[in-house]
Amino acid sequence: MNKAVLFLIPLVIIGVLVIGGFGIYNGLVSAQEESKAAWAQVENQYQRRADLIPNLVETVKGYARQEKSVLEEVTRLRSQWGEARQSGDINKSLQAAQGLDVALARLMVVVERYPELKSNQNFLKLQDQLEGTENRISVERRRYNEVVLNYNKKIRTFPGAFFAGPFGFERMPLFEAEAGAKKAPTVKF
Amino acid sequence: MKRRFPEQWAKFRREGTFILAWLIFALLFVPAFALEVPERPEGRVTDHTGTLSQNEIAALEQKLAAFERETTNQIAVLLIPSLEGDSLEDYSIRLAEKWKIGQKGKNNGVILLVVKNERRLRIEVGYGLEGAVPDALAGSIIRNEIAPQFKAGQFYRGVDAGITAIIAATKGEYKAPGNRERRARAVPWFPFLPLILIFGVSAIANLIARKRHYHSGGRHGWTTGGGFFGGGFSGGESGGGFSGGGGDFGGGGASGDW
Repeated sequence: MNKAVLFLIPLVIIGVLVIGGFGIYNGLVSAQEESKAAWAQVENQYQRRADLIPNLVETVKGYARQEKSVLEEVTRLRSQWGEARQSGDINKSLQAAQGLDVALARLMVVVERYPELKSNQNFLKLQDQLEGTENRISVERRRYNEVVLNYNKKIRTFPGAFFAGPFGFERMPLFEAEAGAKKAPTVKF
Repeated sequence: MKRRFPEQWAKFRREGTFILAWLIFALLFVPAFALEVPERPEGRVTDHTGTLSQNEIAALEQKLAAFERETTNQIAVLLIPSLEGDSLEDYSIRLAEKWKIGQKGKNNGVILLVVKNERRLRIEVGYGLEGAVPDALAGSIIRNEIAPQFKAGQFYRGVDAGITAIIAATKGEYKAPGNRERRARAVPWFPFLPLILIFGVSAIANLIARKRHYHSGGRHGWTTGGGFFGGGFSGGESGGGFSGGGGDFGGGGASGDW
């Protein structure tokens, strides 16, 4: 009787641990999947923006031919982002996207100097679309940060941290509070 | 050992106070940056600026209610005096996330937000209407329909023209959701497959991991309902009331000024 109990106690403990382990592991997996899904949303919005750029560049070109360098910069960073995205490396893609953020913000400051462009209906529509996309990006970024924060916390705090190493759960990068990406940045000419 | 311990303790306390200070700092400053979003109101048109008369609000309300009865699309209007330094887009998306205008699953809500003192406004478009009211269209509604009226001080007319244009834009897209439903009826079990799967998996998961506290899953906006079946089929019956809700927003729409 006594022996049976002594035998059962560790069995029960192991059982509880294993079952608890399932739960923790599943929690990590679902948090990771949520983070990946949120990242896909961010990339979708970046893609949407990248799709707008050729049209935008063409329109601006018609009015502001002398801003060639800014336009080329935007085009170059756009294809750079495309490559970074293809590579599937979140860090790279994130960096390239932020480079494009800055270049686009700069372009939008430059166009302020062309009143005819600013009253062009086609340009106004493009601007609406671009602003809408920027806004979607910032919404998706925030949502991404929220879920990734949760995931990163899980893999670094106590029960989850046990599983993170052996099962290869890695930290995911967060968007930094963009250095003035939200408000128009100060641009030097 | 005897000497190191108090040192460690002191270090811990130093760090502890540091963290505490940060927490207090954060608590003090977070509300200052983010202007509080009002609770979801009873009516569709809410004026915190005292600009619109009771009759005008009632007229707008009636128009929006009729539109919702017809199409299930929801439009809400909010006028506030000031953003108090907050960003228009930030405020607007928080508003959208809190109010959840639009039907769950259809995400067919639109919010017209007017900030009177800053002379700024925004049309926030739910996911489901982004196709019917793309950003460029929302932008031109602001520029061509609303802003000219607001410039002239005609707020009621501006709001009215705005929602009329939004309604006109959405017509056609959500007018005939029949197509989708008919197709669904032809293979009636299919739409429930995920539900069945979720149910099965959750039942098994429950059996396996009884002890696991339900973790705070990622908040994706849809998680208003408590259980898996929460509010899935409600919403449509609302006659004149402003119920339903659960619509998701992703930052679509446009901002403008006057």
